[in-house]
Amino acid sequence: MEHTPPPFFVRGPAPLVRLAFFASLALTLLVLDARFRYAENLRSVLSLAAYPLQQAARLPVAVVESVTGYFTSQSQLREENEELRARLLASAQGAQRYEAAAAEVSHLRRLIGAAERSERKSMPAEILYTGRDPFSRKVILDRGTQHGARAGSPVVDEVGVIGQLTRAHAFVSEVTLLTDKDQAVPVQVVRNGLRAIAFGGGASGMLELRYMAANADLENGDRLVTSGIDGTYPPGLPVASVVRVERDASYTFARVLAQPSAGVERGRYALVLSSEARLPPYPEEAAERKSAKKARPRKKDADGS
Amino acid sequence: MGPDRPQTILLPVRAGTIATSFAGALLLDFLPWPDLALAPDFVALTLAFWCVRQPRLVGLATAWTLGLLVDAGNGVLLGQHALAYSVLAFCAIALSRRILWFENWGQMLHVLLLLEGAQLVSLGVRLATGAEFPGWSLFAGPLAATALWPVVSWLLLMPQRRPIAIDENRPL
Repeated sequence: MEHTPPPFFVRGPAPLVRLAFFASLALTLLVLDARFRYAENLRSVLSLAAYPLQQAARLPVAVVESVTGYFTSQSQLREENEELRARLLASAQGAQRYEAAAAEVSHLRRLIGAAERSERKSMPAEILYTGRDPFSRKVILDRGTQHGARAGSPVVDEVGVIGQLTRAHAFVSEVTLLTDKDQAVPVQVVRNGLRAIAFGGGASGMLELRYMAANADLENGDRLVTSGIDGTYPPGLPVASVVRVERDASYTFARVLAQPSAGVERGRYALVLSSEARLPPYPEEAAERKSAKKARPRKKDADGS
Repeated sequence: MGPDRPQTILLPVRAGTIATSFAGALLLDFLPWPDLALAPDFVALTLAFWCVRQPRLVGLATAWTLGLLVDAGNGVLLGQHALAYSVLAFCAIALSRRILWFENWGQMLHVLLLLEGAQLVSLGVRLATGAEFPGWSLFAGPLAATALWPVVSWLLLMPQRRPIAIDENRPL
């Protein structure tokens, strides 16, 4: 006769079986996400589920801010107002000069037949929180696809580039900061126009210019701006300034470290620039297309003959 | 719950308490922490607590789901925390009968091991996908979380300590 335990002792599958089940499920997801990027839809849904909690977590900060805002004294406000007015005056002058220069540049570009640079739309956003991941440098913004944020857009603050929007969900989006190890920005030295690529330095909070020849013309204090040749970043945004150049004869490349200009790891507000840049297709693609066009009639000829 | 200590008989736990505590832990995790190295992982701590206290109610399925939510909220690889929390929940359930026999310090020692183990699983996943080792400060977060264990267990057991009927003549 078979003995079965009474129903109140039945506890489902053994713990080890459950662990194996859930661990393999997690591992499958990991592989799908890391290797094939199939899990983006699931991620959007989950981020939507986490959204109310994220908003709620912001609430205490917002309350503290509004309370301190309520109790700011008049003198403080006046001081700030004066400072802002002075800054406005200073930047108005700069803006006028910029406008004139932009008009001149577009005129010159038209003269030489180059494509005109289109104005980029920008969208202010607030940094909700930093991602709790010691392995990467990411922040979460409070703008998502519902507000028009798109993955790939550059993100700047009032000084310069802070990163790139790498993942856009419905109401929030992730920004990979410049200092992330996997983030690269094409830059240009203001002094001599030398092009380079700046990679994030990870925890050090610095940028690294890799693959610069040991005799490259770089000095401490050189300002780096985006070169714009990738089509993602608009040209001329400040990125970093060089703080250390190490040249070792035993290495082919110099070791160049740069300090980000913008408040990459601080600040609460950022500007998301739209990444609608119409670039001509890459030379190989264009060549392929041309050869394809040529090839087709030739094929017909071959078939016909 | 030692052998020679007076024990309190607790009320049965309500599912609402557990759900609320997890929501609160997620909320604390999503706070903008100034220093991430020392920020304790509240979800892992709460999960360890309920797995030790209520191994029949909170188990691997809860752990896995919470892990996915944390993954999506932080923008890390999907499944990283799900795996770490599953392992954490499994070990906590396996140790649940043992841990409660210890005083606070003994419990904290066990919890520290559990949380560091979960962190280690996370680290293993990231190293396997090509990340660099971010430094030993990685293991400071679980230390901070362990320090909070007595507070968290006192707080989370509060709803179960209430008397059912209020007796006017009782001294307490």
